[in-house]
Formats: sequence, C-alpha cells, structure tokens
Amino acid sequence: MTGIQEIVPVEVGNLIGKVEEFRDGDYRLVQINCSKIGDVYEINYSFDRDYVFRNLRITVTADTEIPSISGMYWGAFIYENEMHDLFGIQVKGMNIDFKGHLFTTAVKFPFSIASSTLTKDEKP
Amino acid sequence: MAYFEMTKTAIKTLLSTPATILYPAQPAKKTALSRGHVTIDESRCISCGTCQRKCPSQAIVVSREAKTWQIDRLRCVVCNSCVDTCPVKCLFMDTQYSSPVIARSVELIAITYVKPVKPEKKDEASA
Amino acid sequence: MTKQIIVPFGPQHPVLPEPIHLDLVLEDERVVDAIPSIGYIHRGFEKLVEKREYPEYVYIAERTCGICSFIHGATYCQGIEQIMNLEVPERAQYLRVIWSEYSRMHSHLLWMGLFADSFGFENLFMNAFRIRERILDVMEQTTGGRVIQGSCKIGGVRRDISNEKLDEMHRDLDSIEREIRDLTTVFLQDDSIKHRLRNVGRLSKEDAYHLGASGPTARGSGVAIDLRKTGYGAYGNLNFQLVTDSCGDCYGRCAVRAKELFTSIDLIRQAIQKIPDGPVDIKVTGVPNGEFFARAEQPRGELVHYIKGNGTKFLVRSRIRTPTLTNIPPLVRMLQGCELADVPVIVLSIDPCISCTER
Repeated sequence: MTGIQEIVPVEVGNLIGKVEEFRDGDYRLVQINCSKIGDVYEINYSFDRDYVFRNLRITVTADTEIPSISGMYWGAFIYENEMHDLFGIQVKGMNIDFKGHLFTTAVKFPFSIASSTLTKDEKP
Repeated sequence: MAYFEMTKTAIKTLLSTPATILYPAQPAKKTALSRGHVTIDESRCISCGTCQRKCPSQAIVVSREAKTWQIDRLRCVVCNSCVDTCPVKCLFMDTQYSSPVIARSVELIAITYVKPVKPEKKDEASA
Repeated sequence: MTKQIIVPFGPQHPVLPEPIHLDLVLEDERVVDAIPSIGYIHRGFEKLVEKREYPEYVYIAERTCGICSFIHGATYCQGIEQIMNLEVPERAQYLRVIWSEYSRMHSHLLWMGLFADSFGFENLFMNAFRIRERILDVMEQTTGGRVIQGSCKIGGVRRDISNEKLDEMHRDLDSIEREIRDLTTVFLQDDSIKHRLRNVGRLSKEDAYHLGASGPTARGSGVAIDLRKTGYGAYGNLNFQLVTDSCGDCYGRCAVRAKELFTSIDLIRQAIQKIPDGPVDIKVTGVPNGEFFARAEQPRGELVHYIKGNGTKFLVRSRIRTPTLTNIPPLVRMLQGCELADVPVIVLSIDPCISCTER
C-alpha cells in the first residue's frame, strides 16, 4: 500500500556512520521510536526521501549510552529528549538538552522497564 | 489596495438568522444517526457480559447472580460498541444527549428476562 | 549590553487551542530564543494499548485528538490490516477518503477561525465557524458524531452512506464552495491582514526540509511533500495537485491551507462520482503478528502509526508520531529573531495540536 519499508539492524558503534550516509543522500528524518520488548529497548530511526521509507534499528539495554544524531539533524533533539524523559535512555551529546524537563509527568520515566513492575500505588 | 473585503459577508450575516442555538433552552440538533445515550430493553438481556467485555472505558457492569445491568453515564463515551456486539440486540442508541448531573452515580437496571421453558422432547420422540 | 528577560508563554493563552509552554528569552521586545515544554495533557495512550484488545483500541486511537480524530482511527486500521493481510473492499476505501477529506476541511476551517482570532479579527473567526457548522452537520448525518466519528473498524467501515445521500452531498458542495470562496478572498486579498502576516516567521526551504517540517508548514516554504501522493487507500485512483507557496512566511502557510480547502472539495466530488457498489466490511479472524509503519496525511502533516504485534490479542507497541511533534523544531527556529507581538501568530501558524503530540 505505502510502498517498500526496509528495516536494517545496526550496531550502536556504526550508528553515526550509517546516519551520515543518509544525510549525504538527502534523506529527511521522519521519527525516532523506542519500544520496550521484554528486557531490552529497540530504537528505530526512520528516514524518507521521495516517499521511500528506510529504517535503522539498534537494540540496547537500560544502561547503554547512545550517541546523539543532532549534529547531523538539528531537529532530532525533540525525539531524543522525549525518549529520555519517557524511557530513561541516556543520550550523549544532544545539541539542546532539557535534562528531563521537556516532558513533565507525575512518575519519572513512566514507560521504562523499572516502572512497569510497579503496582498502582507504589512510587519509584 | 484592498481594504474592507469583509463588508459583503458582514452585511449578509447581519441580515440573516443567527447560526447559534440557545441550548438547553432550545433542543440540540439531532439526526437519525446521532449518538446520544445507551438504552436497554431489560426483558431481552441474557446477562452474557459481552457488552462489559467490549466496552473500551469499562462503563458497564453486568451481574449475573443479582440480575442487574448498570452503566456509569459519565464514563460512557457513546462509541456504539456495546450496541453492535450484543448477541440478542437488546441495547439501543437513543438520539437524546444524557442530561447533566452534579454528582457521580451509576444507573442500575434490573433484568426481567425469563428463560423460556423448552417443551419436553421425550414425549415427541416416543409418540 | 542589553539585558535578557524570560517571559513565559502558555499553557493558558487565549490563542492556543491546547496547552503548550514556551519560555521566551527576550532582549528589548525581540525574541532571542524559545524553549518549549510539553506534558500538560499526557494521557498514557501507549501504555493503554497493552490493556485493551486490538479491535477495541480503534475507539481509543480515534480519541487521541478532537480535531483530526477520523484520520487517527483510519491509519490505525490501515496498519493492522496490512499486518494481517486483509483486503479492504473498494467501497469502504472510498468512504474513508470522503470522510477524511471532510475531516480535513473542518480542521482547516477551525484553524482559519483561530488564526483570525489571533490577530484580532473576531468577525472572520465567527464566520469561519459558521461555515464549519455545515460540514459538521454532514458528518453527523452520515456517521452519528460531529467531532468523533466512530465509523472506522478493522476490515472496513461500520456504516454505509446511501447513494441518494451521496448525491445530496454532491449538490450541497456547490453552496459550501461559494461561501468558502468568499472567506478565503478576505484572508488572501485584504491588505490589513497582509500587513500582519507578510515577512513574519520566515522559514527557508532548506531549513524546512532538514529540520523535518511536514504538512502545510513545509509546503508553505516550497517543499513539495504530501503523503496522499503515495496512493494509500483510494487516493491512487484520484487526481489532485499539490499546493505549495514559495514565501515561507505566515502568509504562505495561510495561503496553502486556504487553497487546500478547494483541493479537498474537488477530491470529494471525484470520490462520489467514482465510488463503486459493494460490501463495506469483511469478517476479521486471527491476531496480528508482525510490525508495520502506517503513514497518512493529516491536516497538519505526516502521521506515522508504528504497530507491533506478537500473536496475542494485545499489541506489544503502538506508537503515534504526530506532525506537531516534528513541527516544533521549525517553530523554535522561526521564533528566533521575531517581535514579541508576533509570537501568537507564529505559534498558531504551525497549527499546534498538542493533545496529539503528547497522546
């Protein structure tokens, strides 16, 4: 229906190199998505050019530090801050770092693995 | 230089009827399909609990032993899901909006369905 | 050496439809920087998807936002149908297009009303809403709800529109088009409005592309991206032209939205003429197992629904990325260097729908 959707898994170390390839190929950043699958987090970087949709995927644990791509895409700060505020993922080197204050919620890091084992009245 | 382009529209709306309705003094606009509130025909409900399972906001509670059906009108989002999935079609969507209340309460309805007694099959088979 | 002061903008502001907070760093009435802050309306939709079965989640997905609600429901259904390889009947796809375009028209008219209010033209605001009432009446007559339609389900649509009703809608479009033409003439020709909008909030074409702007925010700067051209649903069988403007200021974005109203009317007329007869839904059995990115064009830009299922009735992940989230970095860039009195006009020109952004 909406054409090809390609998902390529990469290592955390190769992430910046692959994103630079997309930047030189004139792709625009569509979104950065984080999903909690069991004990690990899967992070998807989506790019698009002329309606061709391509993704990079990295799999990290809660204490991995991932590099920020805001050096190449200035607008990535909003996704990386949201990922940090909701999931607790450490991102190194963001161009605009809100230090946890972009998204104010009653429970800190509500979607992280640590919060999902809380019962209704417990606080972290 | 174009100024006062709005004059034509302003005079036209000044001379025509207002577009607003003085609700609730005048009744609200309704169509045949409007979703107002959910009503039940209590003589047909079989207390299967399908409406309770399918409700996305958990507004309906069905009690099989006490034979009651209750709905919290403030939780109901009038999505029509219960009306569509009821197996005996005893729920209907009325076009009138529910009236405002000042305290949170549930509406409790007693179910008056009586299961019809099936005729004895043994006499027919032997006869 | 000028002193810098910080002025808070929002979350309560008469011009904002939904709460967002901006800290404006000012030097003598000129904005130097803007720091956004969201979270006032976070409802935890992405957690709720793990507690509701996947057919019931349609009702929740379409209540993400009140202005663009139909397209959220339709995109979620599209994602699940692609994962489960369901073939939606043709008539249902055309009906979804017709409702989507009516939804786009009412959203643009609501935006035009709020925009007129932001620079003080209340008569125009009320007039835009008067025309919007006619479109909401059509939505209520065909689906039962003015704002939340509730007519999409997995495998098709829940309700059909009879052919007589479709002919009546086709005839009514003529008078609606005349009224919209009078309204857009005021927006685009009146000089007092041009004084407020020209050269305010400039965004260049390279900035719009690389910062990730989408929808009329991008098209107002000359970037020609419209997801309807990928041909999802029945859009593959309909012809339309993209509307772009090369100025990149608030006037350009307003002009793009005003001209898109006429594109939508044309699409509805084409869809009503081409709609085939047939069933409007199919029976759905089974559970979704797999993942898919469903993309659609909302009135505000590009909507992405990421859905992942693992073979049970409850989905593992549903992520909604709305166009307003991706339009916030261009907004921060646009606000740098503007005057304080222009801030409400610029914030409203990206069409902020914060309840979608925070889900």
